[in-house]
Amino acid sequence: MDLHSLTIHELHDHLLRKEASATETVTAYLQRIERIDPLLNSFVTLMGQEALREAQLYDNGRKDLEASPLAGVPLGIKDVICTKGFRTTCASRILENFVPPYDATVTERLHKAGAILLGKTNMDEFAMGSSSENSAFFPTRNPWDTERVPGGSSGGSAAAVAADLCAGSLGSDTGGSIRQPASFCGVIGLKPTYGRVSRFGLVAFASSLDQIGPFAKDVEDAAILLQAIAGHDQRDSTSVDQPVPDYRLAMKRSIKGLRLGIPREYFIDGIEPDVAAAVQQAMTTLKELGAEMVEISLPHTEYGVAAYYIIAPAEASSNLARFDGVKYGLRAPDSKDLMTMYCQTRSRGFGMEVKRRIMLGTYVLSAGYYDAYYRKASQVRTLIRQDFLQAFEQCDAIVTPVTPIPPFKIGEKTDDPLQMYLSDVFTLPASLAGIPGISIPCGFSAGNLPVGLQVLGPHFREDLILQIAYQFEQATPHHKARPQMDSHG
Amino acid sequence: MKEKITRQEVRHVAQLARLELSEEEEKQMTAKMNQVLTYMEKLNSLDTSRVPHMTHAIQLQNVFRPDEVLPSMDREQILANAPECDGVSFLVPKVI
Repeated sequence: MDLHSLTIHELHDHLLRKEASATETVTAYLQRIERIDPLLNSFVTLMGQEALREAQLYDNGRKDLEASPLAGVPLGIKDVICTKGFRTTCASRILENFVPPYDATVTERLHKAGAILLGKTNMDEFAMGSSSENSAFFPTRNPWDTERVPGGSSGGSAAAVAADLCAGSLGSDTGGSIRQPASFCGVIGLKPTYGRVSRFGLVAFASSLDQIGPFAKDVEDAAILLQAIAGHDQRDSTSVDQPVPDYRLAMKRSIKGLRLGIPREYFIDGIEPDVAAAVQQAMTTLKELGAEMVEISLPHTEYGVAAYYIIAPAEASSNLARFDGVKYGLRAPDSKDLMTMYCQTRSRGFGMEVKRRIMLGTYVLSAGYYDAYYRKASQVRTLIRQDFLQAFEQCDAIVTPVTPIPPFKIGEKTDDPLQMYLSDVFTLPASLAGIPGISIPCGFSAGNLPVGLQVLGPHFREDLILQIAYQFEQATPHHKARPQMDSHG
Repeated sequence: MKEKITRQEVRHVAQLARLELSEEEEKQMTAKMNQVLTYMEKLNSLDTSRVPHMTHAIQLQNVFRPDEVLPSMDREQILANAPECDGVSFLVPKVI
């Protein structure tokens, strides 16, 4: 078996049994990236030398492979998460040469767990987008069909895992940016509860929504990665001080007798028949596993897109005010005064979608419009959250499609931002409510394109959604399917 | 249909956001913002007069930590990313 096709737990067993050395493993991955990534563009920056140096520490016995299930395991990390000494661009011109002087908390925790970082993965600029086409450098391609998008914004992290360019990766999810690309690329993606994982060192997009989470080849790997990064951090005052359960243990429980809610608002006109069929089939499987399916209602679902695309840009416009050409990043040269420098720096440094969101956010927060837009949206957010809280009185977890459509063609939606926003309709409500969600492969649509199943749980019940995902995965073959990349060169 | 936002307003918002838009960008921005803001009108069909607004997903209050003096980041490291500095401070174009 090829090293690159192993899951994290399989690879770690391999390393422990000395069937492969850490250096061999890292080398195999770097060679594969060199061969295959030119077709996908999933990495922005590689950290090959550092990765090999780390691997040697295991091979010469200076670091202990037994220390954690991630020890010696090569991972990718989204380029919005700070890595000390390695540039962190957010796929933006404005941060093209930014080298963080510190590690994000999750980076630090991965290092502590002994993981080896292979590189920084591509994304929509500042995580704003649903296709990874908004990267200032290059679009990432879907390994299942390179004419199509991998989803976004964490498209690079999803594509890299799907194409076996790393054993697992981290992304960030503000409105679906982990779950949607996971669905589009046929891998597992988990967005934790808001507050479960520290955001320290995650370049902020919308601070009340952003969460970091894992991409993985199977549910057990997702549990391992979440275990490593979850938990309170004094440096992020919104991270919650609650005990972190043993996810690998919890996921092995049976789902017999669990009540799974099916929200009628998620099965609307406009959902692709292939997607609906795969999700229906998944529900049959869950029923066979002993879960009870109950129809529920999340009545404010249809307002999610409008509320989100007011709240997220509003927060973004404030967060992105820091990019002013003074302390780091790009500065437009030869500005005669400060105001000109700000304006020219930002106009050159930001791409069109980022500018659009800054504009929208500035507008909805501006005098005279705040009540009509921002205040209204934050009230609707309360209603959406209440929908979920009420639903969880009738069911333990909720199952839905991740997206209404399979991966679309590169360029298909770039001219129509509203159409792009509407493709997030099934992931946004959970983000607004702050609840956790996981995307797991549940079949294929025409053209062999992956379809994902979304499982949503109550706040801090990552253990429950992992349990449902794990039991589903044990009963189905979908997660084992891999795109045919090797025919290319 | 009545425009939600005019080109003149777009120009004003751009100024607030410290962005400079070209003629063409301004035209496009106005069109796209109108499209999106028109869609947002959907929210007005909901009566939210008695609904509290929500700013955070998790209710946290008074997050305290001990007030301890800890080492902060090295000045040299921080200035390493500066577009322009003199080794002690960030340099910017003349303000006054």
